[in-house]
Amino acid sequence: MIMSKRDRLSGNEAIATAMRQINPDVFAMFPITPSTEIPQYFAQYVADGKVDTEFICVESEHSSLSACIGAEAAGCRAISATSSAGLAYMSEVLYVAASCRLPIVLAVACRALTGPININHDYSDSMSVRDSGFIQIYAENNQEAYDNYLQAHRIGETPDVRLPVMICEDGFITSHALENIELEDDDAVKAFVGEYKPENYLLKHENPLAVGPYGTSPFYMEARVAQAEAMKNAKRAILDVAADFEKTFGRKYGFFEEYKMEDAERALVIMGSSAGTAKAAVDELRENGEKVGLIKIRVFRPFPGEELAEALKNCKAVAVMDKSEGFSSMGGPLFAETASACVNLENIPKMIDIVYGLGGRDFTVDHTKRVFARLEKIVKTGETGPVYSHFGQRDLREEVQ
Amino acid sequence: MSDMIEIRWHGRGGQGAKTASLLLADAAFMAGQYVQSFPEYGPERSGAPITAYNRISSERCSIHSNIYYPDYVAVVDETLLESVDVTSGLKEDGAIIINSEKDPKELRPYLNGYKGRVFTIAAGHISRKHLGAYFPNTPMLAAVVAVSKCVDPEEFLKNMRESYSHKFANKPQVVEGNLKCLADAMKEVRE
Amino acid sequence: MYRKAEDILETSPWQELTTGCEIYEGGTSRLVKTGEWRSMIPSWDESKCKQCLLCTPFCPDSSIPVTDGKRSDFDFDHCKGCGICYKVCPFGAIDWKEVE
Repeated sequence: MIMSKRDRLSGNEAIATAMRQINPDVFAMFPITPSTEIPQYFAQYVADGKVDTEFICVESEHSSLSACIGAEAAGCRAISATSSAGLAYMSEVLYVAASCRLPIVLAVACRALTGPININHDYSDSMSVRDSGFIQIYAENNQEAYDNYLQAHRIGETPDVRLPVMICEDGFITSHALENIELEDDDAVKAFVGEYKPENYLLKHENPLAVGPYGTSPFYMEARVAQAEAMKNAKRAILDVAADFEKTFGRKYGFFEEYKMEDAERALVIMGSSAGTAKAAVDELRENGEKVGLIKIRVFRPFPGEELAEALKNCKAVAVMDKSEGFSSMGGPLFAETASACVNLENIPKMIDIVYGLGGRDFTVDHTKRVFARLEKIVKTGETGPVYSHFGQRDLREEVQ
Repeated sequence: MSDMIEIRWHGRGGQGAKTASLLLADAAFMAGQYVQSFPEYGPERSGAPITAYNRISSERCSIHSNIYYPDYVAVVDETLLESVDVTSGLKEDGAIIINSEKDPKELRPYLNGYKGRVFTIAAGHISRKHLGAYFPNTPMLAAVVAVSKCVDPEEFLKNMRESYSHKFANKPQVVEGNLKCLADAMKEVRE
Repeated sequence: MYRKAEDILETSPWQELTTGCEIYEGGTSRLVKTGEWRSMIPSWDESKCKQCLLCTPFCPDSSIPVTDGKRSDFDFDHCKGCGICYKVCPFGAIDWKEVE
């Protein structure tokens, strides 16, 4: 085991540090709050000669990812960072990157989408592009954002995966909060991440290459099936890289974290920084002998459906916590995935969806306890009640809170 | 996490309340503690009321919500007392530390009946004396350490000397000025 | 996987496509016999041709082969019969008629 260094960094600086240690070939950037600090820190590394990355300041996020696509196809390791409207503006090219199977790594400080205009955290942005073909990995805090970033390139570059990766942190809550962190040694990181050696690339002169062809209907379906298979392969790659990460640096990761789930009758399925807050509530309720737990989803794409169903199968009631609105009128994206994951369980737990925390609306330990209290009522009465509801808004309808 | 100390900072955009919160986290980190420092973000507007937070404890804290029941409140700008409910949720066995040249007794009427301890520190005066400009956050930082003991005061001064020497390697005169600010503030904070 | 473009067919299963549909060689459009699409066809009267080569750069499908500075007859595997060469020839050396 290699010794790590104790430090204190914000999520943005943690991600920028991981980028510096990896020293990618190209960073194409356009700034947007709250991810702006990532290229800002990185620009300093470039100026200080700490990296030899080609740092390209472009005119929009559509262009920043396009530049990454060109660079990655040319054989480079290419990265970018964005948030919110920037990710939305990128969305067309996200699909290009994924379908061209270019393992770009994109850091996203997740922020609400307009409107009303808002700069604070929720997952409207990353969830809006969940079907773009990017692998999506989410972090609870700065440490996980850093660790996930260190694993991202290897996951994406795995030969039978070759997919771009989104490393998501919570805007402001994680991106701008200073916390303790264990940083790994530069050389150890470089050794872990390794060199990028694509088999084929545009600048390989002895092997001409065409990228991004037109796919007529006799080919399009086959190409999409191949891409879907690659996403299935990503599940194995994510676990392989996590296992090596644990062996090398000692911190353990999987598709999700099960927190006090062994005998849990009531559980939350939750993501990001709120999971940390909810853990404190679980601890308090456990002290009172309540059988509660939570599952913190780390990997949203590919979605670990079978594993999640297995982890939830003994629960009586589950609240899925969605920090983005899907406007489906029947729940957010995490609920849709969780419910479909559990659809073939013999005893499906009672399941509700709670849309919360939109646009930076705070979520506290007390709020978590209220959600568990609602699950308790469901277990006692056997009545699920409203399946889909919002939490934390000012509301004239008292019963929904 | 029974030893966790939660602190809320009130200031105005541009006065350094966020920086003070970062410096406090730095000082606690250097003393071997687990820290959080985070601002409550809105559009950045100079002079608008802002809030920043600290959590300091001996174990890593997984809670990432704002702080509603702080142990200590630090007010970097006295004029906020009239517009912001600075003692909201403040624990009675905690304290509020206000940047003011007034006696704490004079400010109590503005604190919505808060019954805990009230401290004032003439942070602006101290900063002008040693730094020649209005940087109230440095004396405020020291006053918060002196009152809350969230970091051992002596260790704090030692760590801050190191931190400033590193930060202002090219301007050693600033190091001494800042350290004098800290030392004076620790002595002059009054109840 | 270095699968050649000529081996990727409309009957190929997805496993036999390249990753991201990359193509690992140049000039693969030669494989597509666009000549089959013709409804009009040009013809070249060598006796009227002054070898000015104006037709060659105008051809959108590179179907007028040039060797040693002289054109030869059309590449009918790829000529789509658009008639541009017929329009630009200053010497009436190219005719353009319906395919019989």
